[in-house]
Amino acid sequence: MYVAVKGGEAAIDNAHRLLAEIRRGDPAVPELTVAQIREQMRLLVDRVMTEGSLYDPDLAALALKQARGDVVEAVFLVRAYRTTLPRFGATEAVDTGAMTLARRISATFKDLPGGQVLGPTFDYTHRLVDFGLADGAGPEPAAEAEPEADAAACPRVTDLLGQAGLLEPSPPDEGAAIGDLTREPVDYPVDRAVRLQGLARGDEGFLLALGYSTQRGYGRTHPFVGEIRVGAVELAFTPEELGFPVSLGTVELTECQMINQFHGHGAVPPQFTRGYGLVFGQGERKAMAMALVDRSLRAAELGEAVAVPAQDQEFVLAHCDSLQATGFVEHMKLPHYVDFQAELELVRRLRAEHAARSAVPPSPDSDEAPLREAAE
Amino acid sequence: MNAPDLASATVSAGTGYNFAYLDEGTKRMIRRAILKAIAIPGYQVPFAAREMPMPYGWGTGGVQVTAAILGAADVLKVIDQGADDTTNAVSIRRFFTATAGIATTTRTAEATVIQTRHRIPEAPLAEGQVLVYQVPIPEPLRFLEPRETETRQLHALAEYGLMHVKLYEDIARHGHIATTYAYPVEVAGRYVMDPSPTPKFDNPKMDDCPALQLFGAGREKRIYAIPPHTRVRSLDFEDHPFRVQSFDRPCALCGAEDVYLDEVVLDDAGGRMFVCSDTDHCETRRADGHTGEAA
Amino acid sequence: MEPLLTVEGLTKRYGRRLACDGIGFTLDPGEVLAVVGESGSGKSTLLSLVAGEVAADAGSVAYRLRDGATRDLDTLSVVERRALMRTDWGFVRQDATQGLRMAVSAGGNVGERLMGVGDRHYGRIRATALDWLARVEIAPDRIDDPPTRFSGGMRQRLQIARNLVTAPRLVLMDEPTSGLDVSVQARLLDMIRGLVAELGLAVIIVTHDLAVARLLSHRVLVMRAGRVIETGLTDQVLDDPQAAYTQLLVSSVLAA
Repeated sequence: MYVAVKGGEAAIDNAHRLLAEIRRGDPAVPELTVAQIREQMRLLVDRVMTEGSLYDPDLAALALKQARGDVVEAVFLVRAYRTTLPRFGATEAVDTGAMTLARRISATFKDLPGGQVLGPTFDYTHRLVDFGLADGAGPEPAAEAEPEADAAACPRVTDLLGQAGLLEPSPPDEGAAIGDLTREPVDYPVDRAVRLQGLARGDEGFLLALGYSTQRGYGRTHPFVGEIRVGAVELAFTPEELGFPVSLGTVELTECQMINQFHGHGAVPPQFTRGYGLVFGQGERKAMAMALVDRSLRAAELGEAVAVPAQDQEFVLAHCDSLQATGFVEHMKLPHYVDFQAELELVRRLRAEHAARSAVPPSPDSDEAPLREAAE
Repeated sequence: MNAPDLASATVSAGTGYNFAYLDEGTKRMIRRAILKAIAIPGYQVPFAAREMPMPYGWGTGGVQVTAAILGAADVLKVIDQGADDTTNAVSIRRFFTATAGIATTTRTAEATVIQTRHRIPEAPLAEGQVLVYQVPIPEPLRFLEPRETETRQLHALAEYGLMHVKLYEDIARHGHIATTYAYPVEVAGRYVMDPSPTPKFDNPKMDDCPALQLFGAGREKRIYAIPPHTRVRSLDFEDHPFRVQSFDRPCALCGAEDVYLDEVVLDDAGGRMFVCSDTDHCETRRADGHTGEAA
Repeated sequence: MEPLLTVEGLTKRYGRRLACDGIGFTLDPGEVLAVVGESGSGKSTLLSLVAGEVAADAGSVAYRLRDGATRDLDTLSVVERRALMRTDWGFVRQDATQGLRMAVSAGGNVGERLMGVGDRHYGRIRATALDWLARVEIAPDRIDDPPTRFSGGMRQRLQIARNLVTAPRLVLMDEPTSGLDVSVQARLLDMIRGLVAELGLAVIIVTHDLAVARLLSHRVLVMRAGRVIETGLTDQVLDDPQAAYTQLLVSSVLAA
């Protein structure tokens, strides 16, 4: 006799226990510590912080450990934790011009005040597997650090160009309320601040592909890397009861300013426009992709045609979030047998009708179809 | 739904989280959206859906609606595909047991709040009950018009001709309307609404229902509602009226007729049987002495 | 007789370029007006301005509604305006893919306007669609085919049926015959002429082809660089052009 399937509760418990065991791997191998992940998987930690919208290296490292190294799952853990945190307010805008630089490059000027600072980068490494690392060989000591670049002497490239009127200025800070797409429903069309929030949280792979598509002709923006800077900036917060800003410490950021050709229109003379990218930690690929897409999404504002996906804010913002995407793609694993039953019935009936029309005897399967459309 | 009292607001059932997980500020925001939704039946109210500890697409909208309306005295039932024991239903029920410490049940009649995915219980709902639907895509026009800015306009102007073009195409191609689930309805003579992917079999249950029906879409950040005793009409043509599926055999376990059945494949030789999709309905009937051919 | 449509001072600027510079004209019921000029003369912009698809920088468009009241279109609510466009106006596009739903069957394309105004009887909608397909010479067995399977000429005829099904009084046409073979063009023009006469439609047709203007229109409006160069009865303007530019246009046709 058939007995309806039972045991969902037990199955879930057992699955969780098995997951915990698999996560640990071979117990003969020493367990990873959160500190090891934080220090040695730093770029991964940075990515989880950026897409998780929470600057907390230890939490991101822990999330990565719990998620068995799955980035999206780790982002998920961080975001679900972030939801429950109380909000005290918004910090002052960070001044990336005053960044303590670890790296700073410009592709638009050979030399510029403050110079180019190569810093830690894969860029000019030969991608040869270093088998020495497998044996735990320690690194050579880094070259003696140059005297720290003086922030005042390292103005942002965009500020240099801006002075000559060649580059559109940053919009003035009018103290307008800052939208928060984690606290307010998105109401299209959204302004640039909200778009940038969405892009900063957006999936690196998705933005990379979209940014790439603009370079290949799907909404060309003629970009140049004005500047990429990586380093630490101070974070300040003004508590209501004090009325003046106090320092909360520093955060590491990567900022990318793309400079794009623009021919001007009407009263606006030809000038360069900007695309902007900002991420936690060191994340140049994401910051650059974000800057490309940001510029593309300004098409409507700049009087350009909105014709390709990277220019369409509903398309980009509705699909760039890895949690939303993974949730909806993976929810297909949930049972759908009620709906499938309805479709099964329809297809059986259509096949029966088709068979009747073509005067071919219906397959035995459709004879069995126990469903019919009432009165049809 | 029992009025959440102040004491319950701080109960944490030892989890370190607020009662029913969400903080009170968020719950108030969601309740405001729910009230607006009730005031404008079928209208999709945008709300600031939070990131929940379960994935988008797995019921985050329904969970937030449930969390916002639960009180300490509520009795919760959670079903997925009509069954209380499917894994996602178990997972959501446990979430509320852990974060709200409330009583749960599998009995439709005993529940004050029922969260569901893809089904409406067979037993008629009563006044005072709330049915919370999990909704993946709240926009009935989405697959005809992908743009939110445009669909909003179409709803505002009640321009629903496009929806009928879809139904027209179905009839032209198949001889009848080929939409079997998520079948669009018109609510209170105004807004066209997606009933969530319930089979169209369940559509008539929404009409003039004594219970409050709430719909939560987390990923798409929308809440909508059907207040008790509201007219809900499935879209159709005068000469191709809306019809539900019917089954030409009763449930093999409890003998129930006029219920939605699951097809269960028994072996690889074409053997299959049909049993109630609503497990509580089936069990209740069997306890009352009803039997089907396989019981 | 009070005109059906009164256009005054329509102006549109794109950057430094004046696409339309203070255009004005009137259109009587049943009258066909051809707007001719080279590409870039602003004639298609004019049509978009009249249809309200592009916002004018200055000027007005007034229309006499079915109840007899003449209203400035700017004063209509969005609901009234969209209802007007869906029922009493039609717009036949140069690019049929812009004017049709390419994924929807021919019958659905013709029926959409009927369903939009509340017709809920499948059989009646289908019968009306079949009737209109016959009037535009599309075989009844093509009713369930999508326009993707139609030739260019058929698509334009389907567009016309889709627009005329609600018996509009004004139809805008943007180069409806361009890009079609000469024989197909001739058949389409012949059909348009027949329908216009039979239904008493008022039409504004934009074309670069003076032969089209001569065949269909009562009056002609010659545009160049956003301005009206010359206007008058079609025969008069084409046979005895006054403006030097019109003379040039006409002679280049003769040379062709």
